[in-house]
Amino acid sequence: MSESQITEADLHAYVDGALPAGRTAEVEAYLAGYPEEAARVAAYREQIATLRRKFDPVLDEPLPRGLQVPRRFTMRLLWRCAAVLAWITLGSVVGWHTHGYKITNARSEGTDWARRAAVAHVVYSPEVRHPVEVGAGEEAHLVRWLSKRLGTSLKVPHLGTLGYSLVGGRLLPGERGPVAQFMYQDGKGQRLTLYVRVNADERSETAFLFAQEQGVGVFYWLDRKLGYALSGAVDKPELLRIATAIHGQLNP
Amino acid sequence: MTPHLPRLRRYARALTGERSAADDLVQDTLERALSRFHLWRQGSDLRAWLFTIMHNIYVNQTRSRIRHPQEPLDESDANELRSREPDWGELRDIDEALARLPGDQRSVVLLVGVEQFTYEEAAQVLDIPIGTVMSRLSRGRERLRLLLNGDSRTATLKVVK
Repeated sequence: MSESQITEADLHAYVDGALPAGRTAEVEAYLAGYPEEAARVAAYREQIATLRRKFDPVLDEPLPRGLQVPRRFTMRLLWRCAAVLAWITLGSVVGWHTHGYKITNARSEGTDWARRAAVAHVVYSPEVRHPVEVGAGEEAHLVRWLSKRLGTSLKVPHLGTLGYSLVGGRLLPGERGPVAQFMYQDGKGQRLTLYVRVNADERSETAFLFAQEQGVGVFYWLDRKLGYALSGAVDKPELLRIATAIHGQLNP
Repeated sequence: MTPHLPRLRRYARALTGERSAADDLVQDTLERALSRFHLWRQGSDLRAWLFTIMHNIYVNQTRSRIRHPQEPLDESDANELRSREPDWGELRDIDEALARLPGDQRSVVLLVGVEQFTYEEAAQVLDIPIGTVMSRLSRGRERLRLLLNGDSRTATLKVVK
């Protein structure tokens, strides 16, 4: 990339240390040739330092008495935190997207999609006649179809060694587009669903996260391009064992 | 929530320029956050959520009563006010310089520079597109630079200490 393409945004990202390493070098090369721009960048950095010198001492000031979070609120908060932890409030599905701050909508994607997965599990797993759209008998077609709709190559984990066989899968609406749901069943009719979505950010990767409500547990994780949520009314160690197996199969 | 209080206070102090107004703002933020805590989603960024609430309260307050006439809310007001500003060369204090930034630029300059939010986070807190964050950051920093240095028209008037 040539120096002439250095933008104002690049200069600020340089000041804020928000540029990738390669771009940083290009900006530095550019600044070496334009002393006025270099001086401006230096002034911005000094400006930030001045602001920090001026306002950082506020961090160390004792909090005014009026500003302490009242103890009863702290207790209430603890209770609320406990309530929030049980976040799969299935009864209020409809209200989810109708309230709340934009910020929470954007930032809480991490739990929202897992909650959608849990709801999809609750909705479809009791189905007797139509649990899936495409059955395991047409597995190759199922995978091709869902891969095409999600715009990425999907793999269906096989859980036979854990006692679960594939029932089939279906296409569902997700927050940003199509998502896939695969359903499994053991010999006693216990069903698990694996919800697969395309992540907004391909670099995302998380550990297994767990949530549970009303007997339905969900282990969910991001694995680069795809996000997976495994839901089932089985106990946590069992669900973890299956989630681990799935993760292992998808990352041989 | 308590661990976030010092940073909320720092931002409020820089935003309002006054200790009592800042603590009032933090208090209002806390109260609203507590009353709406059920809206916060576990796993999301509590700090960003609190800053969003503070920003919204601040914007509503400054809209409903213009407490600081030198704090225009947008760039067009700023341009209008610029023409009748006092001597920029006299502005050596960062407080004064900040107070003369349009409110929307001041928020971005502080969130990014002092509070170390990423551009994406600042965009979420302020509920504006990231491109707007970048343009406000650019205008805000440049204006602050001119205010702090005295711009070319007034550089000769700058008092040498």
